[in-house]
Amino acid sequence: MSIQVQNISKSYNKIKAIDAISFEVNDGELFGLIGPDGAGKTTIFRILTTLLLANEGSASVAGFDIVKDYKAIRNSVGYMPGKFSLYQDLSVEENLKFFAAIFGTTIEENYDLIKDIYIQIEPYKTRRARALSGGMKQKLALCCALIHKPKVLFLDEPTTGVDPVSRKEFWEMLKRLQQKGITILVSTPYMDEAALCDRIALIQKGSILKIDEPRNIIKDYQKIIYDVKAKNRHQLILDLKKYPSQYSVFAFGEYIHYIDKNEDFNAADLDNYLKKQLHTEIEIRISNPTIEDVFMDL
Amino acid sequence: MNLWQEKDCFVPRNDNMNKEKIIEVQNLTKQFGNFTAVKSISFDVYKGEIFGFLGANGAGKTTAMKMLIGISKPTSGEALVAGFDVKTNTEMVKKSIGYMSQKFSMYDDLTIKENITFFGGIYGLSKARIKEKTMQLVEELRLHDSIDKLVGSLPLGWKQKLSFSVALLHEPKIVFLDEPTGGVDPITRRQFWEMIYAEANKGTTIFVTTHYMDEAEYCDRISIMVEGVIEALDSPKNLKNKYNVASMNDVFLKLARNVESP
Repeated sequence: MSIQVQNISKSYNKIKAIDAISFEVNDGELFGLIGPDGAGKTTIFRILTTLLLANEGSASVAGFDIVKDYKAIRNSVGYMPGKFSLYQDLSVEENLKFFAAIFGTTIEENYDLIKDIYIQIEPYKTRRARALSGGMKQKLALCCALIHKPKVLFLDEPTTGVDPVSRKEFWEMLKRLQQKGITILVSTPYMDEAALCDRIALIQKGSILKIDEPRNIIKDYQKIIYDVKAKNRHQLILDLKKYPSQYSVFAFGEYIHYIDKNEDFNAADLDNYLKKQLHTEIEIRISNPTIEDVFMDL
Repeated sequence: MNLWQEKDCFVPRNDNMNKEKIIEVQNLTKQFGNFTAVKSISFDVYKGEIFGFLGANGAGKTTAMKMLIGISKPTSGEALVAGFDVKTNTEMVKKSIGYMSQKFSMYDDLTIKENITFFGGIYGLSKARIKEKTMQLVEELRLHDSIDKLVGSLPLGWKQKLSFSVALLHEPKIVFLDEPTGGVDPITRRQFWEMIYAEANKGTTIFVTTHYMDEAEYCDRISIMVEGVIEALDSPKNLKNKYNVASMNDVFLKLARNVESP
């Protein structure tokens, strides 16, 4: 077991940031903490990386206790905080050398681990970190978190504010690191990234709502979701919300996801209702639920 | 969200959108030394339109947007925003637009009320008008119990909804939203978009950037910037047809490349 968390709680000024959280991450697993801003993800990261003390509960990382063995943990984990935390005034190469030196290693010693990522930023190795674009900064930060060959890698919202192309590349990098035996705990507000994890914990307001493999979380979802579409999307949302038996109405890309309260819901009735409201180009069909649907209904 | 249920409007938006140009961009260019961040881009945005401005990190979106809101001078080319030249009439540009971003929205150590008063003042609203607007926002966003709370203590989603309303205090013709929903929870993200729809229905033009590709589907038209140029500009439906893919995410992955500036 790479990470073991038991009943960890933490309050700031009487406000509970996380409340009796427990979960385990297996060796070599890619585990995702999925939840919005304010859910408590960063607090969990800071406690597990020994930067913050919990009020209650216990936890171990790579076999070390987060309180007693905090020094050992700091040597065995890599941590990429949500906020870019490298030295803006140092160049790409200087940042990397600095982090290697701090951990008593060299770039050469563990070059194999970072090679795939580093070659993408190497052409700009003399550029100061502050002048890099978002995607490149993120790659440099990952290199710095990996330079001492950590057993466990903590990535706090590595893809927030990152465009879809860079996000895709980033997840491909994570998969490759996982194959090299590194255990990864990653958090994200992007629900589509949840599907790329081995297991996920859905977290909201300081509590874990569900832990499972992404496909099981989707499989366990009981309600039927309908994709609804019409020419005037804004009016469609308004009218669906007025439909007497509506349970929820949410925009989902091209379609509106509609859930009805009644088990004997008949799509033809809804179709008639929308026609009466003068909608055109109406489409109603059964949809495949996503992690985001499940999350929103928790 | 109560706010917009009261403002039902039964005119289909897309049909009603008259083709009055509110932003006109011609060969707009920005160079930093030898590096051209924005390469002669041209496009128009129409009144009441929700215009999605997409691109990879480093594609030149922020630079282009800065020129349009009058805080960065173009190297060459023209842009008219609400009829005002972004080179020579930046003060009128700023008066005609609202702006909010994920990074800067309001002052954390002022209360909600103080922020509204402050921004109302900045935009030159009279005291009576500020009072009226404050009351209106309290009603619409149901802030009765929290008006005297520090903005810093609010959840991100709340903050973003509030700062959208603050960006609209002076009833601008266009509002620029720079990644307004980054990190916001899925439900609040959708409520935010419902506010956007309601505002666009009133005729306000929305110019928005996002990295959520499901949100790209909510725009009337989308432009995708790649390495300083606009690589594609059309409705989400037409873009998907053109590239023969099922989602805007796939369109984006086909077009955008993540390239570092030289």
